Amino acid sequence: MVSVSRKEIMPLVYLTTERTDKFKTGCISITLCLQLSRKNAARNALLPKVLLRGCGRYPDMQSLSAALDELYGARLEPIVRKKGEVHCIGLYADFVDDAFVSEGERVLERVAELMGQVLLCPATRAGLFNSDYVKSERENLADRIRARINDKQQYAVSRLKELMCAGEPYSVDTLGEKPEDALKLSPITLTKHYREIIETARIEVFYCGSAETARVEIAIKNALEALPRANGELEQPFTDVKMSTAEARYFSESLDVTQGKLAVGFRLGEIMKKPDLAALLVFNALYGGSVTSKLFLNVRERLSLCYYASSQIERHKGLMIVSSGIEVEKYDEALAEILRQLDLIRQGEISDDELENSRKSIMTDLRSVMDSQIQLENFYLGQAIDSLTYAPDVLAELVRDITKEDILAVADSIRLDSVYFLKNAEGSR
Amino acid sequence: MQLHEYKNIKEQLWFDTLGNGLSVYVVPKKGYFKSTAVFATKYGGSDRRFKLAGKWHNTPAGVAHFLEHKMFDKKDVSVMQQFSANGASPNAFTSSGMTAYYFESIENFEESLKILLEFVTEPYFTEESVAKEQGIIAQEIRMIEDNPQFVVYRNMMQALYAENPIRDSVAGSVESIAEITAQTLYYCHEAFYNPSNMVLCAAGDLDPERIRDIAEKLLPKERKETAERDYGQGESPLPLEERKEAKMEVAVPLFMAGAKLEGGLTGTERQRQELIGDFAMSLFLGKSSPLYSRLYSQGLINSSFYGGTSYFPDGAVSVFGGESRDPDAVFSAVTEEAARFAADGPDKDYFERLKKSVLGEEIRGLNSMYGICTRQLTGHFEGFDPLRSIEILDEITIKDVVSFIAENLEPQRLAISLVRPFN
Repeated sequence: MVSVSRKEIMPLVYLTTERTDKFKTGCISITLCLQLSRKNAARNALLPKVLLRGCGRYPDMQSLSAALDELYGARLEPIVRKKGEVHCIGLYADFVDDAFVSEGERVLERVAELMGQVLLCPATRAGLFNSDYVKSERENLADRIRARINDKQQYAVSRLKELMCAGEPYSVDTLGEKPEDALKLSPITLTKHYREIIETARIEVFYCGSAETARVEIAIKNALEALPRANGELEQPFTDVKMSTAEARYFSESLDVTQGKLAVGFRLGEIMKKPDLAALLVFNALYGGSVTSKLFLNVRERLSLCYYASSQIERHKGLMIVSSGIEVEKYDEALAEILRQLDLIRQGEISDDELENSRKSIMTDLRSVMDSQIQLENFYLGQAIDSLTYAPDVLAELVRDITKEDILAVADSIRLDSVYFLKNAEGSR
Repeated sequence: MQLHEYKNIKEQLWFDTLGNGLSVYVVPKKGYFKSTAVFATKYGGSDRRFKLAGKWHNTPAGVAHFLEHKMFDKKDVSVMQQFSANGASPNAFTSSGMTAYYFESIENFEESLKILLEFVTEPYFTEESVAKEQGIIAQEIRMIEDNPQFVVYRNMMQALYAENPIRDSVAGSVESIAEITAQTLYYCHEAFYNPSNMVLCAAGDLDPERIRDIAEKLLPKERKETAERDYGQGESPLPLEERKEAKMEVAVPLFMAGAKLEGGLTGTERQRQELIGDFAMSLFLGKSSPLYSRLYSQGLINSSFYGGTSYFPDGAVSVFGGESRDPDAVFSAVTEEAARFAADGPDKDYFERLKKSVLGEEIRGLNSMYGICTRQLTGHFEGFDPLRSIEILDEITIKDVVSFIAENLEPQRLAISLVRPFN
C-alpha cells in the first residue's frame, strides 16, 4: 500500500510523505531551497557540515555519533545539491523501522527531534558558531573543492557547465567555485548567513516509511517548533532558463590523464517554454541515456571510439550534456559521431523498436525509483522545485504515450552550445 | 524447494540444488515493483592458474573480466535489445572471486530470466570481435588507471602480497589482455561456466518454484568437473614492502594502509571472522570512535576516512585510509592507538551501543534486493548463510575485537600506499 500526501505545515514549509510498509527503514530529509549564487554557494555548502559537528545537546561529533548509534545506527548526513539554479542544502536521515526495535520504542520521533536540534540549536559560543568547527570544516570544504579534479569524468562535465553557462548562476558549483570561497568564511559571516536563511528559506521536508501521515506531521512540527519564520519576506528561489544560443564554442584544457574526457553541452531550447518531462526523458534514453541508446550502440559498440558515451538531461535548467571517455587522437571522430547521431534523430531515423525500448527503459527507471527511499526523496524534491506533484508511476504512464513526433520536437529544439575536451599535456602519452 | 525463515529480520529464503549442481536461491520481497536475478560463476580475476582434465593452465590477467564483456556478444541477436524489449536492464560485474550477470525488471521477469540463463550459457567469440573488445577494454583500463582511488588500493595490495593474484587489476593490463584469443575465452568458459560452479539468486515479488523450473528446463542437464585453482604459495603474514608512493593529479594526498589476514577460511568461521574484522575496525576507528573524533578535530582526516575488512580468493585484508594532509601522522596515531586499545580494550557501553548501530546497518542492507542477492552469492561460494549475520554479530565479544586489533594492526604487519599531488 502506497499513499502520497503533500501539505504546507508552517509558512513555506512543505511536508511530502509517502507511506509504505515495504521498506525496513524510514527516512526523513529537511531541505532549505535557496537561490544559487556565486556569493552564497560556499556558505550554503559549509552550513550542513558545521551543523553536523554538534548541537546544544550533543556538542561534539562523538556525542552526536553516540546518540545516532543509540538510535540503532540511524544515519544523519549533510546533503548539498542543485536543482537548476536552486541550491538545496539540508539533512538526510534514515533509521530502522519500529518493527525491528524493542517493543514500544518510537525511532521516528527521536530522529526527527534530533534533526530539529541539529538544524535549529547549533553548538555556539557567544552566539556564534564554534570557531574550531568553522575553521576545520572550511578547510575540508576547500579540499573538496580542490578534489573535484580527482574524478576526471565528472570534472570535465563540471568544467563544461562552468564555461558554457559563464555569467549564469548555474555555472556555480554546489560547493562553491574556488577553495578561497570556503577559506574566507568566518564564524561571523556564517552565523549571520545561517540566521538569515533559516528565517526566510523555503523548506521541503520529506518522509518515507511505515508511519501514518498524521504521526509524521506531529513529529516534524514538534521538531521544527523553534523554526523562526520572517513575516512576508520568505524567499522563492527560481531558475532562469536560457533558450537560445549563439555559435557553438570549443574549449580544451590539459591535465595528466591517460584518457581524454569529452563533454558536449546542449541547450534544450524553445521546448523549455512548456517542457514535457516525459518526452525529455524518452528522448534522452533514445539518444544517449540507456544501453540501447544511439550513443551507446554506435559510438561505443559499433565504432569502439570510447569506453563510455552517455547523455543526461538537466531538466530544471534545460540542458543536455554528453560525456565520453576517448583516446585523445579520436577527438574529431568521436565528436562528429556524437553530433551525427543527434542529426539522425532529427531526420527521423527512429525505429519502432528503439522508441519502445527507450520508453520501457524510462518506465523501468521510474518504477524502480519507487523501490528506493533515497531515490524517492530526490524525485519528490525535483518535483517540488518544478511545482509538480505527480508520483513516479504517474510519470511512467505519461512516458507510455510518448510518440516519435514528441521525440522529433525535442530533437528539433536542441542546440549545440559548447564543447569541452580534457586531454593530456603535450609530450606525455 | 526448501524454505528458511528468518523471523528476527522478517525475511524468507527458498533454495534448492538442481541435478546439474546449480544452486537456486529466491528471496521473496512483497510490495516491490522491481525484481532482480543474478546468475554468477565462481570465476574471477584471481582464477588465473587452474587444473582441468589433469592439466595445469596459466592464463593472462583479465580473462574473467574480458569474458564478461564478450558474453553479451552473440552471432545475430543483441542481448541488450532482448532485455530492453522486456523492459529489463542487464548488467554484469567481475570481482576477484566471481563473475555475475544480472538484470532488474519491472515486468516480464520470466522472459528476462530465460534470456539471462541462455546468454550466459552460450558463448560466441570470433577473432575479430575479440580484437575489437581489446580496444574497448584497453580504454576501460586506462580510465581505471586515472582513478587515484584505484591506484592507491592496487599499490597497497602490491605492497602487501608477494604472489596472490589480487596484486593485479581484475581487468588486467593493456599488455595482458593483448594475449587473449577467442580460444582462451572458449576454454575458460568451458572450465568455469558449468552449472555446478554457478549459482542463481533472485529477489522480488516472485514464485520460487517457477524460477527453479525455468532453470532446470533451460540449463544443461549433466554435471561437469570443476577446475582446481592455484593462487600461489602461502603468503608471509608480513608485507612484501612497507611503502609505495605514486604521484597523480589529486588535490589532497590519498592513502590506504592495511594488513594481510589469514586467507582460505570458509563456512561460518569465514563469516564470523569477516564480521569480527569489520566490527573491530568500526569500533576502533569508525565514525563514533574516540580516535576518529580526535584525528578529525586535529584536521588530520576528513569524512572520507574509513576502515574495514574484505575477503578475496585465498586472502583477506583489514584496511584504513582516506584523504589526509599528513598520512604518516595518521598512520602513527592509528598504530599507537591500536597498542593502547589492545591493552585497555574499548569502553563497554560504547561496545554495546555500536552493536546496536551495526544491527541497524544490517537491517538497512535488506532494503536492497541487489545487495541481498550479491551477499547470497558470496555466502554460497564461501559456504555461509549471510542472512544469519545478525545472530552471529550478537555473539561477538569484546575479547574477539581486542584480539583482532592486537594481532592485525601491529606496525610491522602494515603496508602503506600513498598517492600524492604533483606539486
